[in-house]
Amino acid sequence: MALLELREIDVFYGRVQALRHVSLALGKDEIVALIGSNGAGKTTTLRTISGLMHPAHGSVVFDGRQLTGVPAHQVVSLGICHAPEGRRLFPRMRVIDNLYMGAYARKDSAGIQHDLDRVFTLFPRLQERRTQLAGTLSGGEQQMLAIGRALMARPKVLMLDEPSLGLAPILVQLIFQVLQEINSQGTPILLVEQNATKALEIAHRAYVLETGNIVMTGTGQELLRSAEVQKAYLGV
Amino acid sequence: MTVIGGLRRLWETDPRRDPTTLTYTLLAIGAVVVPLLAAATGGGYLVGQIADAGVFVLLAIGLNVVVGFAGLLDLGYAAFFAIGAYMYAELASPYLEAMGIHGGIHLPFWILLFVGMFVAAGFGALLGAPTLRLRGDYLAIVTLGFGEIVPRVVRNLGTLTNGVNGISAVDPPEVPAWISGPWSGDPFKIVTDLKVTDAVGYYLIMVVLVTVCVVLVNNLYRSRIGRAWMAVREDEVAAAAMGVNTVRIKLLAFAIGASLSGFGGAFYASKLAYVSPGNFSFLVSVTILVMVVLGGMGNIPGVIVGSLVIYYILYNFLPDLPGHLTDMANAFGFSGLLQQSGDWPGLAEEASRLKFLVFGSILVATMLLRPQGLMPSRVREQELQKGTHEDTTIEDVGAATGAE
Repeated sequence: MALLELREIDVFYGRVQALRHVSLALGKDEIVALIGSNGAGKTTTLRTISGLMHPAHGSVVFDGRQLTGVPAHQVVSLGICHAPEGRRLFPRMRVIDNLYMGAYARKDSAGIQHDLDRVFTLFPRLQERRTQLAGTLSGGEQQMLAIGRALMARPKVLMLDEPSLGLAPILVQLIFQVLQEINSQGTPILLVEQNATKALEIAHRAYVLETGNIVMTGTGQELLRSAEVQKAYLGV
Repeated sequence: MTVIGGLRRLWETDPRRDPTTLTYTLLAIGAVVVPLLAAATGGGYLVGQIADAGVFVLLAIGLNVVVGFAGLLDLGYAAFFAIGAYMYAELASPYLEAMGIHGGIHLPFWILLFVGMFVAAGFGALLGAPTLRLRGDYLAIVTLGFGEIVPRVVRNLGTLTNGVNGISAVDPPEVPAWISGPWSGDPFKIVTDLKVTDAVGYYLIMVVLVTVCVVLVNNLYRSRIGRAWMAVREDEVAAAAMGVNTVRIKLLAFAIGASLSGFGGAFYASKLAYVSPGNFSFLVSVTILVMVVLGGMGNIPGVIVGSLVIYYILYNFLPDLPGHLTDMANAFGFSGLLQQSGDWPGLAEEASRLKFLVFGSILVATMLLRPQGLMPSRVREQELQKGTHEDTTIEDVGAATGAE
């Protein structure tokens, strides 16, 4: 039984249809990647799940509960955390305060402290720079902070939009390692990526979106070997 | 114990890196030493003036919550000051006799301080509730309007506020118990229900009030609420995505800022023993804003220093400027300049005519030399030092695309 499920959703921006009959599922221990070219509807899919967009048809089901029509801030408190593209950190706040903001909706200070230690274990760089302002971090460190801040909400589902965007290859490697580690600790991840090779390498399953339609699905390895995917997205 | 701990911290922190501890220590020492010096030289006037400056320190700390922490531009802050002061004047003076209440109402000072605080906070919430949905410039304009409305309403309320004439014979603060002794020229004994009327008494009350407010605001700043204020200031949408109720948190900043202003207003009325609509003009709002910005937005010790500096310039340096210039001209042999001739009105008169030009030049020069304020928060300082990291980001992008 999937933890998060999209059933045949249609989403429009005004009169332009962005998603057509998109169905996808995320299981309890999975990393699921959503790949596709620009404008395929990857970000729209995430925005629909987090309640920032509302589907015209179809439904979003989370943990047996209908999410259709639930406003964004309540979706957050249900445990779906969306680290948006472009990070949206608080640039003039310290690293540590950014992390605490991630846990703003929580009241259990012992749990928050535990999760803070966890984030610092995953990203020792953040611990080194805990009192530095977020805006003065490098791009890679900012991405680490964005992921760390999302983890501080102790999400039941973590949705990441382009976590490798604009990062040096060595940092991309690091970020993806950490995502696998987060997943192995029990958080399912829905990952939107332009960097299809990397995403497919760590994903248990993946969907390929093309102009609002899901055109292919399979395990990460299957898609990596698929001739069409190789031609269209992997540049092989 | 705390004194020793404080001294150890002072010894261990590098003032260049973290001037906060040093500033607080110097302010605390100054708060004790300055009145002693003044008393020794017979300058009760100076002590009273510092007590007045203390009112502005309170106001600046309050406005700093609104502008510095939550990033909301409030241009009508003096309105809450007026509300606190008038509330005190109505409820602690013979004035309400005019409304048919025999002898007026005389509620105790300490209770009214808190009433003033809550009434002002209430007005803050009342103004904030419909307007805090506005952003940036629009909020500034609405607060500007509110700042104009309140003194005008007070001026035109007729018997209730006595119009332009204001309310006089306001009760002085009363202390429930006090030890009198040779320092005030009395025999040594414990006095109860002492009416404070001398400058030193006002000064002591002011020091207590400012200390309490600094501690309270500092604690708020370090709390979850303080963090939410900063988050709203930085990125309102992202803050909402973290679960912050942005309207409520902004309202809280507004109300807390207003409450400190009401607090200061009540003290001000009791010290001056008189309130009139003229004391709460737009100029007061702007002066307080200048104190906050020039001192270092968001940094409490900076704001305290800023308000003391501006107060000194406005109420001490500029009024004394003509006198000082006359002395200097005499001392250096330019006494010819003092004579009036043709269009030249004489040095002293010219200086007093140009005093706001001098004030403006000082402000402009300060902002050019120290755009981050006299004592910026570490946040502002780091921000002005970044630069290098932005280059790294661009390189990162280049490296990533190059590798694809």
